Amino acid sequence: MMAAADELAFHEFEEASDLLAETPDAATTSGSNQLTPQGHVAVAVDSGGSYGAEEEVEESDRTALLQEEKQQPGFWTFGYYQSFFDVDTSQVLDRIRGSLLPRPGHNFVRHHLRNRPDLYGPFWICATLAFVLAVTGNLTLVLAQRRDPSIHYSPQFHKVTVAGVTIYCYVWLVPLALWAFLRWRKGVRERMGPYTFLETVCVYGYSLFVFIPTVVLWLIPVPWLQWLFGGLALALSAASLVFTLWPVVREDTRLVAAVLLSTVVLLHALLAVGCKFYFFQPLPLAHPAPPTQAASLSPDLPPPP
Amino acid sequence: MAEAAESSGDPGTTSPRPLFAGLSDISISQDIPVEGEITIPMRSHIREFDSSTLNESVQNTIMRDLKAVGKKFMHVLYPRKSNTLLRDWDLWGPLILCVTLALMLQRSSIDSEKDGGPQFAEVFVIVWFGAVTITLNSKLLGGNISFFQSLCVLGYCILPLTVAMLVCRLVLLAEPGPINFVVRFFVVIVMFAWSIVASTAFLADSQPPNRKALAIYPVFLFYFVISWMILTFTPQ
Repeated sequence: MMAAADELAFHEFEEASDLLAETPDAATTSGSNQLTPQGHVAVAVDSGGSYGAEEEVEESDRTALLQEEKQQPGFWTFGYYQSFFDVDTSQVLDRIRGSLLPRPGHNFVRHHLRNRPDLYGPFWICATLAFVLAVTGNLTLVLAQRRDPSIHYSPQFHKVTVAGVTIYCYVWLVPLALWAFLRWRKGVRERMGPYTFLETVCVYGYSLFVFIPTVVLWLIPVPWLQWLFGGLALALSAASLVFTLWPVVREDTRLVAAVLLSTVVLLHALLAVGCKFYFFQPLPLAHPAPPTQAASLSPDLPPPP
Repeated sequence: MAEAAESSGDPGTTSPRPLFAGLSDISISQDIPVEGEITIPMRSHIREFDSSTLNESVQNTIMRDLKAVGKKFMHVLYPRKSNTLLRDWDLWGPLILCVTLALMLQRSSIDSEKDGGPQFAEVFVIVWFGAVTITLNSKLLGGNISFFQSLCVLGYCILPLTVAMLVCRLVLLAEPGPINFVVRFFVVIVMFAWSIVASTAFLADSQPPNRKALAIYPVFLFYFVISWMILTFTPQ
């Protein structure tokens, strides 16, 4: 019985995840099945255990049921969108951790998303990043004014809009372009299919997470430290993107692979540098004094007798 | 009747006889009129209630709604796990609070267009679209709360922050300086925590257990942004 329990435990197979990548709609069955039902990907477990014919029938029944369950509801139903939010707290935290610590062998999409991309992470990470950018940008102005009272402080609320629009456009349009490009080049690759659009959005969204603590650390008004943190964050984020894209792109020609990866990194760097300059401007020029009518209406002045 | 008594005597052995089995033997003669009145107390009560809300004075109507809103304000100020906000939801309270907050937060017309604080419309949009987004998020995650109930809770829990705004405005009438800022900061932080605790007390139970943090985090972000707008408010 112990041997059977061991075989039934979940084993991670590199081969299995690659095979699953090729045919994402298939369900995997494990066990030394002699017959493989059509459309199924069978991974042979070389355990020497023998399963009876009844068990094989049971397995194929169950996997047939699983395949039926995977039918997506239509895009006009609420259930369709609910399938993109089918994550637990622990899964989201695990994906965030995976994006923070990219490793060369670990493919974010395969190992963390496991073909179940979610929209919760990208959406709320972008929202958080937009608000944190606006808030810390404003805070640097406050701190600068404390040191140099001639600087005119204002809440600068319009920056929230700018931040939000920029980040959401980045996380939606760049993956769209990337996905379209990879699909166009699909003919060159034999082994692995390209990522779906949602998986690309997911990768980009989670890769932006590392910028949130960085932006908070940019409050420290030491310029070289700011560039250091920025560089570190950019390296981590871009590395996570590159390691994810590398398995898909390495089948292609050298030129296309190099150009694609460098474009991805360049766009990411542009975003980081642009945010740094727009929201954390080197101290703004001292504004001219407010117009004289406002000054005379200011409540600080005593009313004329 | 005799058969019924017999069957009740030995319950286990025979199959149960239908109730009132003997009544089919009774015949009703044609000349006994069967008529009368059936009054269901509840129905007449409702009809009475309906006509009374049509005929009551305007003051009664307004006072009733105001009392309902006030009762919910009390529930927010002393948050306990209760169902009142969810059961009798209404959107009057959130509307009053949102309009008050937006009126107090809007920049004066002297400020330049580009650099100032939020306009009335911006505050309004942030509050309502923020609440709608959070509600959609919690529904997509699988929470079993209705759309308007969630809007109601989120709107009512802005009350502590509106109070903070009032206090900040009063404090800003005094001398500007670091003490001024510290007092305002402290008040806003306390009210922010109060809002979060109040909304969590009402909303947390409706979420699936392993996704509570995912549903509560956007609420935290929402009240954080509103607190930020309150804290950075500077009258010109």
